[in-house]
Amino acid sequence: MANITVSPTRMELTRLKGKLKTAQRGHKLLKDKRDELMKQFLDTVREVRSLRAEVEEDLMRVHKSFTVASALMSSEALEQALLYPKQSVELTRTTQNIMSVNVPVYDFQTKTKSDSDIYPYGFAATSGELDDAVEALGLVFRKMLKLAQIEKSAQLMAEEIEKTRRRVNALEYVMIPNTQEAIRYITMKLDENDRSTTTRLMKVKDMLLKDAIEAKRAENARAMEAFSKSGGAAAET
Amino acid sequence: MAATYSIAVIGDWESVMGFRALGLDTYPVTSVEEARKTVHDLAKTDCAVIYLTETLAKDMADVLDRYKDNIQPAIILIPGREGSLGIGKSNIQSAIERAVGADIL
Repeated sequence: MANITVSPTRMELTRLKGKLKTAQRGHKLLKDKRDELMKQFLDTVREVRSLRAEVEEDLMRVHKSFTVASALMSSEALEQALLYPKQSVELTRTTQNIMSVNVPVYDFQTKTKSDSDIYPYGFAATSGELDDAVEALGLVFRKMLKLAQIEKSAQLMAEEIEKTRRRVNALEYVMIPNTQEAIRYITMKLDENDRSTTTRLMKVKDMLLKDAIEAKRAENARAMEAFSKSGGAAAET
Repeated sequence: MAATYSIAVIGDWESVMGFRALGLDTYPVTSVEEARKTVHDLAKTDCAVIYLTETLAKDMADVLDRYKDNIQPAIILIPGREGSLGIGKSNIQSAIERAVGADIL
């Protein structure tokens, strides 16, 4: 009995039985939720890993071409070339519900329609390497946005799984055993009460019977005496 | 639901300048303190995704944890100019550990 005090009454017993049933039902549901979330999570994580490796590799290539570009141009010229963007990105976010976890879904529109129209500078004053770098970055950006979406999903799902796992464990190892223990305790206590009531009743009945027998005997004795007296008187007359 | 959000890139100037050409909001910072402040400021605005270079992120674990469970902003680590430090990868690992309770992959 893990130091919980319950009053051993029939009402408490009914309440606890209801509680146990709910707990078991909740436990089963949460367990199913955890398993399904885990499945989705592992799929997402696999995707994140491969995409992240890809993005990191691509970005390093982009950084390399920017380094080459900045070696060929003065840093002021480079800064000037990239200072005012022609392209702009509008991000829209909707949410998707995966097993009660709201994960973001990103979608973006670019202002300029064509991918080849993103260079914010004239070609005369800049080196060709910069064009390559910007173009490569434009390509890797799509992957980066996808990465942002699934990585955030993975983080949010990890949080939800942790929560669900804790709930499942709390129900399985604390709530349900404690309730079962309490129910057992009450049942035993009630049975014990029943037995003690029965014995008490038997005892009371015995005592009553004894009293009744004694009263009857006394009455009999009185009657005998009265009879013998009246019998004696009748014989005298 | 379909409001438009902005995308921010935080890092040293050399790492973020390219993103400016794509029309993302770039925030060139020079110190971790500055980056921390920028992230907090951006989180209050309608900024949905923040790309942060790993060089800065390695000293900002507290900020990353702070926003990890919020749907917005999503802070995504990208390798800076110096190359990948593997923090992004190890973050996935820690997410798995958090979910499963053990490192299973």
